[in-house]
Amino acid sequence: MITLNVLIAVCLTYVAFLFAVAFVAERSALRGRVRWLKAPMVYTLSLSIYCTAWTFYGAVGSAARSGFEYLTIYLGPSLVMVGWWWVLRKLVRIGRSQRITSVADLISSRYGKSNLLAICVTVLAVVGTTPYIALQLQSVTLSFEVFAQPGVLSPEEGARSYTALWVAFGLATFTVIFGTRNLDANERHHGVVMAIAVEAVVKLAALMAVGIFVVWGLSGGAAQTLARIDASELGQWRMDGGRWAGLTLLSAAAFLCLPRMFQVLIVESDDEGHLRTASWAFPLYLMLMSLFVVPIAVVGLDLMPSGSNPDLFVLTVPLAMGQEGLAVLSFLGGFSSATSMVIVAAIALSTMVSNHIVMPIWLRFTGGGASVSGDVRHVVLLSRRLSIAGVVALGYVYYSLSGGGTALATIGLVSFVGLAQVLPAMLGGIFWRGATRTGAMGGLITGFAIWLYTLFLPSIGTGALPEAVMSQGPFGLGWLQPQALFGITGLDPLMHALLWSMALNVTVFVGLSLTSFPSPLERLQGAQFVNIFDHSGGPRSWAGGVAQTEDLMIMAQRILGAREAQALFEREARRQGARGTLPDPNPGFLETLEKELSGSVGAATAHAMVGQIVGGTSVSVEDLMAVADESAQLMEYSARLEAQSDELSRTARQVREANLKLTRLSVQKDAFLTQISHELRTPMTSIRAFSEILRDSPGLTAAEQSRYASIIHDEAIRLTRLLDDLLDLSVLENGQVNLNLRQGLLGQVLDRAAAAANDGGLTLRIRRDPRAEEIMLITDLDRLSQVFINLIANARKYCDATSPELTIEVREDAELLVIDFIDNGTGVGIEARDMIFEKFARVSDRQAGGAGLGLAISRQIMTRLGGEIAYLPGHAGAAFRVTLPRKLAMAAQ
Amino acid sequence: MTDRGESGRDAGAAPERIKSPLFLHRDSYRRRRIMDAARFLPVLGLLLWSVPLLWSAAPEGAVSSSAALTYIFGVWAILALAAFVLSLYLGRGEDEPGSGG
Amino acid sequence: MPKQVLVIEDEPNIIEAISFILSRDGWTVRTHSNGVTAVDTVLMRKPDVVILDVMLPGKSGYDILRELREMPETSALPILMLTARGQAKDRELAERAGVSHFMTKPFSNAEVLDAVRALVPPVGGAT
Repeated sequence: MITLNVLIAVCLTYVAFLFAVAFVAERSALRGRVRWLKAPMVYTLSLSIYCTAWTFYGAVGSAARSGFEYLTIYLGPSLVMVGWWWVLRKLVRIGRSQRITSVADLISSRYGKSNLLAICVTVLAVVGTTPYIALQLQSVTLSFEVFAQPGVLSPEEGARSYTALWVAFGLATFTVIFGTRNLDANERHHGVVMAIAVEAVVKLAALMAVGIFVVWGLSGGAAQTLARIDASELGQWRMDGGRWAGLTLLSAAAFLCLPRMFQVLIVESDDEGHLRTASWAFPLYLMLMSLFVVPIAVVGLDLMPSGSNPDLFVLTVPLAMGQEGLAVLSFLGGFSSATSMVIVAAIALSTMVSNHIVMPIWLRFTGGGASVSGDVRHVVLLSRRLSIAGVVALGYVYYSLSGGGTALATIGLVSFVGLAQVLPAMLGGIFWRGATRTGAMGGLITGFAIWLYTLFLPSIGTGALPEAVMSQGPFGLGWLQPQALFGITGLDPLMHALLWSMALNVTVFVGLSLTSFPSPLERLQGAQFVNIFDHSGGPRSWAGGVAQTEDLMIMAQRILGAREAQALFEREARRQGARGTLPDPNPGFLETLEKELSGSVGAATAHAMVGQIVGGTSVSVEDLMAVADESAQLMEYSARLEAQSDELSRTARQVREANLKLTRLSVQKDAFLTQISHELRTPMTSIRAFSEILRDSPGLTAAEQSRYASIIHDEAIRLTRLLDDLLDLSVLENGQVNLNLRQGLLGQVLDRAAAAANDGGLTLRIRRDPRAEEIMLITDLDRLSQVFINLIANARKYCDATSPELTIEVREDAELLVIDFIDNGTGVGIEARDMIFEKFARVSDRQAGGAGLGLAISRQIMTRLGGEIAYLPGHAGAAFRVTLPRKLAMAAQ
Repeated sequence: MTDRGESGRDAGAAPERIKSPLFLHRDSYRRRRIMDAARFLPVLGLLLWSVPLLWSAAPEGAVSSSAALTYIFGVWAILALAAFVLSLYLGRGEDEPGSGG
Repeated sequence: MPKQVLVIEDEPNIIEAISFILSRDGWTVRTHSNGVTAVDTVLMRKPDVVILDVMLPGKSGYDILRELREMPETSALPILMLTARGQAKDRELAERAGVSHFMTKPFSNAEVLDAVRALVPPVGGAT
């Protein structure tokens, strides 16, 4: 009979052995002999911490109680491992290139390094894992009791707590020693991994030994065992389909999300190649672990007295058969399962708690003044150690308070559902660039809250939620009943919680992701994570995390442009007094650089870029280059777009203007045609009327006949003149006129014009200064004369003074020759001055015989001659100024 | 004249930065298909392990436990074996860029 | 007593022609050539028929026509409109403003005479 003392001695020896293994492994790692530590098999075996005491003892218990359901817990992880090419490969690559330290770190890092998100995941992990640690303590305690008092299953509470306390203390010590020996950037623990690999072998060997004993020792071979199974109460397949599928998926999700699994799968992973081995070896391991569960359960149910705890069949069956050695091996197997789980879970949780909760608080209280120095290393280690102690202590406290609790398997599944809430944010984060921090946070909190309410609190026992709430819902709201949300009853509570928590989690995650907008850092990280295989060929390390000025230079060139970047670096180098062209990456320089960069890519991205080069973690130079190129392209693209849009609006404006001009022209054309029509029809009306009178009216006097004939004659001449003017104007306007340049005296031109305009009448007196008019001109003298005739004729026609008088003043300076025509009439009203040069503009209400084209023609002529004609305000009478350029007077046209 | 200008052909292809060429060498092609197989394997496993959902739960005509165990563990062994075979092929070279999810 | 015609027109030769034609037919012809004072002249002279040009200095013939039609004493006055602008929209404008008859220049003397006679029978029951 093995005594408790012997058992304790065996136990201590085993623990000492583990210490030794861990120690040797650490020493080897320190000496750089890590090849055997990095063997793929070690990695595969370390994954076996998935199989905890819950598996070791609980699987048999589960099989005895509910048949084949225990298998689902292994099928899920097997599928995940077999399908490593999908998810695990990506996670491992991300984990290595981004230096991920925990599942909380992964989520936080993906969603813009949000610490709030990290805290959420950490809290979730702690809440979800604590009962699990308590479960391990319970199993170790129970297994001790089996040996202490065989057959007696309920000893005093005190002894139990005592055992659990010692176990907890021992585990915490081991974990602190090997879990925080060094503070590697990559958080790898060779000693611990080696120890749990050994434990993995022990527990597999133990379970298989018991299994072989049961099959071949007790049942007489495989065939007989199968027959025995068929004959037992587990003889038929009775499995709820929903639970079968649901639990398989749940265990697959938990396999990825459990903090301890993440620790060994991703964080401790040295080489992606290890996954390749694990992809077949680990499913094999799981298969072997579960192979003998049913036989042991069936034989246990057969052999053991009814009422025995089936969770302990693995121990009690060999004991009952007198195989004490086998029982001790089995005990060590269970012990290994429990301890390895607690150790790795404590390491994983303490990393999260320390990194995301303790350290931020500590930095806050110390004013954040701690840059990288020895002090911080010390603080981090201390914080880790305290966190480990805290996590194990929490498990112990939970164990003491719950006093054992329900069957082991139930606690495990509750924990699974809780931790699976991380899955949407995790998978969404690595496969969907559109996933945002807000979405992840929302989904996580939603799922967590529903899990707490529908599963966790009800599972603790009656204390947590009042009976009334359980049966009628809070405040009597039936649809909020914890195990029948929205009035859907009849579901298995676990499936109910899984369904609702995951469904709402995913819905909120996707919904908020779609509607929120990520920060630049978040988008950068999102691209890094999702396109991890495009961005990085593997992890790159930075020499001691020292900023490399060349790299900063290359990056700056991409963003600022080569010349600007070189100028900036040279300026900074001179300022620092450095000899070369590259400055030292001191804080001052980095700040300047960051400011410069932020002008181009925004403050947050610039900060992230510089920070990551200087910090030497997470993002490789190539990644930054990719981002820089991308942003340069974006800027170029947007500049092009802007140019295009400018051009477009310019074109639109031109089109609008052209349209306006066309409209104006069309209006002008209409008005012009109307005017022409009017001007032509008016003389024709008189001609027709009087010719009809002459024809049809007998008895006209000779004087009448003569008068009417002369009216017809005058109107015919008017018509002719009008047509001449129109043609003249048309020729001038179309620029088809040929100027006949000649030399002549201004005075002579004026003489001719005065004579022509004043023909036959002495009504207008013209005052001139002949001496001022002795100016030699080279221009088209006939055209100039035409302008003068028009002006003199206008004065004659429109000057309303009693003794009309026109003064012609000539002045000249170096560049211009100015000729003013001023009469002594009442002049042209201000409102009319703008339009007198337009075609058919007639200001006077008196018919003056002209068609109103004279001034329009004059203006055209002056334009051709390179000068201008304008109304001259400031005189009592009408005043026009004709200006000619002094040097030949000819326009370029 | 059998010397076909290799450089000439390269120059022709140079302007487009081809990340994944359209046609692969036989080896690369084989590797791609093995990756496809690696992706398909878990789907196959899920399908095979979903078969028990079809089994009747009624006492009469129910599948016997021995048969159920044999089936499930048989699938398990086959999956592990298949994963082992694939891992041998997948291990022969570094994975190509852009081949991931 | 002969009927009175008021010719509102700014072109002297046309005034003379119309005056000659109508006088020989026995009408009393009055003339006026300013658009601004045209309405007052109509009210003062109380003609039996008005011949109105469109393009008058100061005020357009359409405006004069509209003003006359708004006043009770001239709302039914026969008005013959003459215009040198022969477009369709001018005729439309005139008809909307309430013209009695519309003619385009150049016109035949007989047409004018017929139109005036049609508007006011020379020796009708009015006398």
